[in-house]
Amino acid sequence: MSLGFSRAQATAMVVMVAFIIVGPAVLYPVFLMKVLCLALFACAFNLLPGYVGLLSFGHAAYFGMGSYIAAWTAKYWGLDAEAAIILGGLCGGALGLVFGWLAIRRQGIYFAMITLALAEMVYFFCLEAPFTGGEDGIQQVPRSPLFGIISTQQDMSLYWIIAAIFLGGFLLIHRIIHSPFGQVLQAIRENEPRAISLGYRVDDYKLLAFVLSAALAGVAGAAKSQVFGIATLTDVHSQMSGEVVLMTLIGGIGTVFGPVVGALLFGSLETYLAPFGDWVTVTQGAIFVACVLAFRRGLIGEIGARLKLGL
Amino acid sequence: MSDTILETSGLTKEFRGFVAVNGVDLRVETGTIHALIGPNGAGKTTCFNLLTKFLPPTRGTIRFKGRDITGMRPAEVARLGLVRSFQISAVFAHLTALQNVRVALQRGRGGSFDFWRAESVLDRYNARARELLDQVGLGEFATVPAGQLAYGRKRALEIATTLALEPEMLLLDEPTAGMTHADVDRIVALIRRVRQGRTILMVEHNLSVVEGLCDRITVLTRGRILAEGDYATVSRNEEVIAAYLGSEAGSVAHV
Repeated sequence: MSLGFSRAQATAMVVMVAFIIVGPAVLYPVFLMKVLCLALFACAFNLLPGYVGLLSFGHAAYFGMGSYIAAWTAKYWGLDAEAAIILGGLCGGALGLVFGWLAIRRQGIYFAMITLALAEMVYFFCLEAPFTGGEDGIQQVPRSPLFGIISTQQDMSLYWIIAAIFLGGFLLIHRIIHSPFGQVLQAIRENEPRAISLGYRVDDYKLLAFVLSAALAGVAGAAKSQVFGIATLTDVHSQMSGEVVLMTLIGGIGTVFGPVVGALLFGSLETYLAPFGDWVTVTQGAIFVACVLAFRRGLIGEIGARLKLGL
Repeated sequence: MSDTILETSGLTKEFRGFVAVNGVDLRVETGTIHALIGPNGAGKTTCFNLLTKFLPPTRGTIRFKGRDITGMRPAEVARLGLVRSFQISAVFAHLTALQNVRVALQRGRGGSFDFWRAESVLDRYNARARELLDQVGLGEFATVPAGQLAYGRKRALEIATTLALEPEMLLLDEPTAGMTHADVDRIVALIRRVRQGRTILMVEHNLSVVEGLCDRITVLTRGRILAEGDYATVSRNEEVIAAYLGSEAGSVAHV
């Protein structure tokens, strides 16, 4: 394929697209839209630990701010869906530029702690700032029409839009990984001093990767606020930062399809175990422990390793 | 023709209470192969790290091509044409040999931030990359992941990658360390071939390599310059013999 997929990846791609098309006939479309938003979020997050070697513990900040900005502009400025979502992405990217610039000066656990601390600051900002509505969040966000003409009132019409956003984001991430830029990222991850000695200003590359990841996380958050018509503190809370790490880990860090599978599994647990209350968190915890102990490469990572395929 | 390409004055690096490099005044002339030798812990690698800005010096200045580079960042120094290799072989293990060289070519020729373009745009560097691989005798290994190459070949790949930047000056940190005889000969021949139009400063333990290859030698011990000159001069220096063999062995030599 011209998109730079291997044969195994092309097969997986066909399966994924088929699932997206057939899915709403079997499952509740709003649930699937939530999974698609989470999947885009996880794929965006995966770009950093999977391809740059940076573990961010504060990705909820970009996801949540994207969500707030899109909800607010759609509600009070009456922006169309696409404008609100693009604005959400830009906002995530801008925040990523500032936070990334501060965080990439450190490595390993220190990098993780800085991203976590900055994300906590964003959380408290959102808790106190008047425009976010504090504990109530921004509610009753209208589903504004796409380009001002295509109605998104019906779940199914919005579903195709969300699916298109997800696929666009997914393909963009795949392209980033397999671009001249992605090649430099891989070189930096494998041997940073050597990349420096070849004249690469490695911080600039890390920062661009960070901004791209944060911007796509912002798009995912913005899309989610359009689906549910609300933006709340949940999206910007550190628990969300932890959940995206979990989704990516379960699916397989550094695999293209892993985060998608992780998001599907995670979203399913959250939705279908909801009647059992706290058991959701217990189950998630158990899966996380099992994952770390038994298959550290994640579901897709293990399958790929068994079949000797890069997925 | 005795232009100085690289010059340090009073170069000093102190680590908490320990002076690794102490007031080194080094002059490397354009077009020569200059060796930096000395016993373990003499400060050779620290010196290299200072010259390429991987470590900031405590005191002293470094001038490259007449320009003060003391305050520069390592990537900037590399861009000026002063490129180093590492003691432990530094290849990108999961990239193929060809891709390793391409990463260097890509830096010099732009487009490295293009995240929206397909990787296949890098194919335009393939011809030049193959030329460089052929030059170091790795032509047939172009598609092998660098991590799977034998040790000597990794070092050769490193040199090909470095040459891709067409640097004016190469800093080689123990290019023959841990190699078999055959590999050492191959690397020495390679260095002879690539010295055309370049200056090379190398740290080297293997004195027979230094003897055959280097025009000028600087001997470091305990962070200071002990002696300097061509191989014949340096190898007759009593202090150098003592430093290398230890005082006891030195006295044995007199018996």
